[in-house]
Amino acid sequence: MLTFLIRRLIGAVLMLLIVSLVTFGVFFLVPKIAGQTTDQLATQYVGRDPSPAAVQAVKVKLGLDDPLVVQYGRFIKGIVAGADYQFGPEKEHCPAPCFGYSFKNHQPVWPLLLDRMPVTMSLAAGAAVIWLLSGVGIGVISALRRGSILDRVSMTVALAGVSLPIFFTGLVMQGLFKYHWRIFDNLHYVSITDNPFSWAKNLVLPWISLAFLYAAGYARLTRAGMLETMNEDYIRTARAKGLPERTVVLRHGLRAALTPIVTIFGLDVGLLLGGAVLTETVFSLPGIGRFAIDAVEQSDLPEVLGVTMFAAFFIVVANLIVDVLYAVIDPRVRL
Amino acid sequence: MGESHEELAPAVQPGVEPSATTERSHPSAFLEVKDLKIHFPTDDGLVRAVDGLSFTLDRGRTLGIVGESGSGKSVTSLGILGLHKGGNARISGQVWLDGDELVSATPEFVRRLRGAKMAMIFQDPLSSMHPYYTIGAQIIEAYRIHNDVSKQVARKRAIDLLGRVGIPDPAHRVDDYPHQFSGGMRQRAMIAMALSCDPQLLIADEPTTALDVTVQAQILDLIQDLQGEFGSAVIVITHDLGVVAELADDLVVMYAGKVVEQGSAEDLFYRPEHPYTWGLLSSMPRLDQEQQERLRPIPGSPPSLINVPSGCAFHPRCQYCELTGGRSVNEVPQLLPTAPGHLVACHLDPTTRRRIWTEEVAAR
Repeated sequence: MLTFLIRRLIGAVLMLLIVSLVTFGVFFLVPKIAGQTTDQLATQYVGRDPSPAAVQAVKVKLGLDDPLVVQYGRFIKGIVAGADYQFGPEKEHCPAPCFGYSFKNHQPVWPLLLDRMPVTMSLAAGAAVIWLLSGVGIGVISALRRGSILDRVSMTVALAGVSLPIFFTGLVMQGLFKYHWRIFDNLHYVSITDNPFSWAKNLVLPWISLAFLYAAGYARLTRAGMLETMNEDYIRTARAKGLPERTVVLRHGLRAALTPIVTIFGLDVGLLLGGAVLTETVFSLPGIGRFAIDAVEQSDLPEVLGVTMFAAFFIVVANLIVDVLYAVIDPRVRL
Repeated sequence: MGESHEELAPAVQPGVEPSATTERSHPSAFLEVKDLKIHFPTDDGLVRAVDGLSFTLDRGRTLGIVGESGSGKSVTSLGILGLHKGGNARISGQVWLDGDELVSATPEFVRRLRGAKMAMIFQDPLSSMHPYYTIGAQIIEAYRIHNDVSKQVARKRAIDLLGRVGIPDPAHRVDDYPHQFSGGMRQRAMIAMALSCDPQLLIADEPTTALDVTVQAQILDLIQDLQGEFGSAVIVITHDLGVVAELADDLVVMYAGKVVEQGSAEDLFYRPEHPYTWGLLSSMPRLDQEQQERLRPIPGSPPSLINVPSGCAFHPRCQYCELTGGRSVNEVPQLLPTAPGHLVACHLDPTTRRRIWTEEVAAR
């Protein structure tokens, strides 16, 4: 178990390095291949009204003419040890972990990301609870009442849920609850530490919209898994023991059907923590996803690079957790 | 299809018994199955998995139900336990267990008997045990449904049972998962689980099929020992006549959902009268003959239960079919007594049957 953990941790670090390499390559190598000069590249770092002198200065300061390997090394060094950026008289320090420095906002990227994190986490956590409970619940009931009206209706709704994009359901929800019935007026993010009730109230619509999308998939997955496990021999054994049907379904059936669901749940949450771009945009939530979009729109390369690494980090961590959880859930898996 | 009938068995209120169920041919028997029919309507037609099965069984006795795959023997056992799958099974007839009729009883009533008064040992102990729970947890669970005891008491019971069925170091192995046991050990654990509540009826469905030969003998000995100890009635379901030769007092031979021959083990091994039973015996290796001949398999394969052959279901595979002058093809043979306690469903007349057995089949 310990050796497995160490092995996986090393693997995770390596994976992050590879991700950083690829992202770095995309942002620095591809423009080069496409024929963009380092001058043009430097212009993007300068901010408003770039003067040729400023561009030249940035180019030298950032070492944009250095070989890519050197530039990449500097990027990694920044993450580990922090970095300093000298602009004439003023010296900007970007403390470790330095995931880049936004020259447009004159701020290191890392604290900006940390600021946005609670929003994305609130969104992901609430939605995850809703979709897990409702999706699994509906899936189990559908499987047990296979072919019934309830099964057909919920599976049709689930199909709709999987197919409808969040910018549709989200806008319809807002149209109905916010503008038509005015139940949720004037939505804006409130920190949970400031006012938990207001926090929840402001997040209900995005939670439900996001959860609808995922719950649909989970319902279908649970239903399929339950239909399979309920035909297993050990379910028959459980019945032969004289267990009440409820125990048979929950303790024996669902327990076994839950394994793939836990796996996917971990990965989904990991992915969401890297930013729910569409949901945050539709509901104007200042989370990681919104940050990513803004960074792309402003062509703020350090920010884009930083947020990409940030999202990759969550996915790698989620993968690690899922692998460990797998061994906890299924005793046949030995680590 | 599409309707969600939880239970299609007639939901008779306890106490309001239909007049037919009050007649019992053997009121003193511990288990009496009378004209049991289990049919499954499917899109392709009606599957008559069990079509009119009757037998009685007393405590301390062992009944063997023999037949090829698809002959309805496993469905019979599931039907007795009320476990016939699919919810859309149509079950009729009577199952009397110690004075209670189970076919017309409520599912809840039968559930309370399952695992307590009647228990089952399944065929493949690996797939029949839950992979995510320890052996101990599964035995404890079985014990605690029917006995109001603490976990500690149930755990002691589980360890005790594992020791009884011959698991070495049961106090430690109790916390193992099924995949950590060998095949024979798993089957022992399965037996321990079935025995946890001292069942008076034990049904073993192909208890040794998944095991290698040396372990098979150990498991059969174990079942026999435990039966002696607990005085339970045992039903052994198998396709292997060697298994029942060792265990059974009485035998039922099933073919395509129907009983073709029924009687004491001695009758069926030494005086079998149905060509299908002959076929089963001839296809079994024997050690009591000096010259070992080639085994004689029964030609053909078991029929589909949807398109059961007309008349005697066995007639397309029966080499004596012509001797009945076409009756086997046109008329379903009745299960009739040929000697006291020995029933055969065959159109061949009894003298011809006995002559064929002694002169042709047994002489080989």
